[in-house]
Amino acid sequence: MLDTIILVLDSTFRLSTPLLFACLAGLFSERSGIVDIGLEGKILGAAFAAAAAAYVFQSPWIGLLAGIIVSVLLALVHGYASISQRGNQVVSGVAINFLAAGLTVLLGQAWFAQGGRTPALSSDARFDSLTLPLADTLADVPVLGPIYAGLISGHNILVYASFAAVPLTWWIVFRTRFGLRLRAVGENPSAADTAGLSVTLLRYRATIICGILCGFSGAYLSIAQGAGFIKDMSAGKGFIALAALIFAKWKPVNAMFTCLLFGFLDALAIRLQGQEIPGIGEVPVQVFQALPYVLTVVLLAGFIGRAIPPKASGIPYVKERT
Amino acid sequence: MADSNVPAIELIGVSKSFGPVQANKDIDLVVGKGSIHGIIGENGAGKSTLMSILYGFYHADSGTIKVDGKATTIPDSKSAIAQGIGMVHQHFMLVDPFTVLENVILGAEGGALLKEGVANARRELKRLADEYDMKIDPDAVVGELPVGLQQRVEILKALYRGADVLILDEPTGVLTPAEADHLFRILRVLRDQGKTVLLITHKLREIMDVTDTVSVMRRGEMVASRKTAETSMAELAELMVGRSVLLEVDKPEVEVGKPLLKVNGLNVKDERGVLRVKDVSFEVRAGEVLGIAGVSGNGQSELLAALSGITRAESGTMELSGEKLDLSGKHDAAEMRDKGMSHVPEDRHRMGLINKFAEYENSILGYHREPKYSKGLFLNKDAIRKEANERIEKYDIRPPTTEMTAAKFSGGNQQKIVLAREIECDPDVLLIGQPTRGVDIGAIEYIHNRIMDMRAQGKAVLLVSVELDEIRSLSDRIIVMFDGNVVGERGAEATEQDLGLLMAGVNQEAAE
Repeated sequence: MLDTIILVLDSTFRLSTPLLFACLAGLFSERSGIVDIGLEGKILGAAFAAAAAAYVFQSPWIGLLAGIIVSVLLALVHGYASISQRGNQVVSGVAINFLAAGLTVLLGQAWFAQGGRTPALSSDARFDSLTLPLADTLADVPVLGPIYAGLISGHNILVYASFAAVPLTWWIVFRTRFGLRLRAVGENPSAADTAGLSVTLLRYRATIICGILCGFSGAYLSIAQGAGFIKDMSAGKGFIALAALIFAKWKPVNAMFTCLLFGFLDALAIRLQGQEIPGIGEVPVQVFQALPYVLTVVLLAGFIGRAIPPKASGIPYVKERT
Repeated sequence: MADSNVPAIELIGVSKSFGPVQANKDIDLVVGKGSIHGIIGENGAGKSTLMSILYGFYHADSGTIKVDGKATTIPDSKSAIAQGIGMVHQHFMLVDPFTVLENVILGAEGGALLKEGVANARRELKRLADEYDMKIDPDAVVGELPVGLQQRVEILKALYRGADVLILDEPTGVLTPAEADHLFRILRVLRDQGKTVLLITHKLREIMDVTDTVSVMRRGEMVASRKTAETSMAELAELMVGRSVLLEVDKPEVEVGKPLLKVNGLNVKDERGVLRVKDVSFEVRAGEVLGIAGVSGNGQSELLAALSGITRAESGTMELSGEKLDLSGKHDAAEMRDKGMSHVPEDRHRMGLINKFAEYENSILGYHREPKYSKGLFLNKDAIRKEANERIEKYDIRPPTTEMTAAKFSGGNQQKIVLAREIECDPDVLLIGQPTRGVDIGAIEYIHNRIMDMRAQGKAVLLVSVELDEIRSLSDRIIVMFDGNVVGERGAEATEQDLGLLMAGVNQEAAE
């Protein structure tokens, strides 16, 4: 029983990681007042770039770097459209999603000729699981041993990085000057402007951070969790991350828990695939796959109270004639 | 004060255009150190634009700005702050979910981490609050504070940044009279401590009450500067409007006819189920203005909403031109309009206009189904624009364009758009709420005259206003509401004191 629980929780961590990166990415962006529907596209673009670069250079680190660069470039496109040109942020985000979905497959086919995939990566070109110190020694200790060795140890470095990013994000947003200004432009950009701050610059900075975090998310999918890029491998994670963000009321620690919840439901769905549930019989796997979405709708519909987004979210800043 | 003869601010030949509109024309202004200088003008006279130039929000097209006698440029707000200029905007520039302290330090945090800056700011804020008698809880969330205190945060924000010159843009628009008096006390303290205050307003009383010197703007130009002690309200009003203004309304004798509006036993609950209008009955006759006085929130809004068909009453009947209606039954605003009653709502932004619609679209709101505005299934835009243009001319709506969105007109002109729409349909009964709220004096005079025209034409007018002066000068009879009840009826000759007591709910029978 303990083994089963540990297995499910273990895969919960793995499945939560890309969501968590993306959710924190969205948090920076939306806290600054930029709605980002394009998380999905950035994840996908980063996943492709990471896999391609990791394959060519046989290094996961170069892969990660390439993923981040591509994701930041896409973020800057979104920034240019929605900050400098004051365009519609939803339209720009959707455009980025389409762009990424099409270009990754197109370039993948042109470069590697494997039907849009990138070639499978050897373990040298991926982020491998790390065994934490003493994990093997402690594995035999009852209860704590399996938890430490099986659950806490044995993940790749990006999993740890995603959870480390949570307190870091909280600290930046709530304890630094940058965080204060970031929240101010998201709530009332005029207030920031009259206080002598550049709304444009602050929003660009938030967008770039968003790009970096999406880069991590995408790289994780293709060169840490997976071993190569597959068409549409982000599979809606960017959108689930957005839902998680609303659910978390734009707060970093909440974001971690909501991402873990969604990850857990995912893990459960995989675990229960094809299994008999006592008294009910075999439940179609689609029921479990649908659960995160059903849960989002139900919870957003009223169980978490009102989720109030940053007030200026989605509104381009124009100096008003007063 | 190194040299008190050097003016704190001097503007020479400052001009600014927005496209074809020249907002500021060749402005000269001298503001002495340690004084309260008023800038008065009607809405749209260019006061706010001028101050925005001084605060680096806009760039002047030409002209010189001198701060402390030295010619300078103010490219952005940051630079204005650095040169000791602080501004309290008409719409507060505050971040609602932030605490007072966070709002004060935003942009002047004193280090990349907040911890140390916050501790310093807390000390400094306490010192400022003590020095200028502006008590405030630094940890209160700004969005939860009353507007008077929010404004205090804005002033503290400017002082915290070391402002020597404080610009206040229409600071009393959102304040109660008591809060406004407190603000003026603070401004005097600031002046006595050597700060310079620039007070932008369109209210004459404020200028007379608190300023040392005053400059008058009209249509983008600076038309005069005076010592406040050497001028009068009448002179300033004339300078503002460019012609002599009657501060009194001319109210001719009109023969009063039969009752056009009768209200009987009206009870209205608000959305929370609280009874806000309690058994109110009255009648308004042809050629008569009935004023409803009362402190805001004593049931007047609910009364208007029920009569105009916006909300349903608990019970009560209304007789409109002889036709009887059950107000607790099903009816709506369109039906009331069809029956010859039009309504100028209290809050024109929420109920009178759609701010994002163009002027001509707003000019037919509620009347858009009338055949003369349609061409088959579509709107007959030519006809609508033609009529809108006629009204613009007749009601002197400025700027004279049918295409600008309602939001961009000044308050007085917005009100004229609503007024034109509701009067030109030739109603028998006009309900009008707060007709001159946020409206400048030139337009106030105009609106009052239109109401008097309605009266002269033998219409019945129900006027609801919290401005006692307005009620007294326009009404033939006055009823006073307190806590949902009609607590008294008086003639037009009633004294302010008498009405004031009724409005405060002092029991008259006991007093007599």
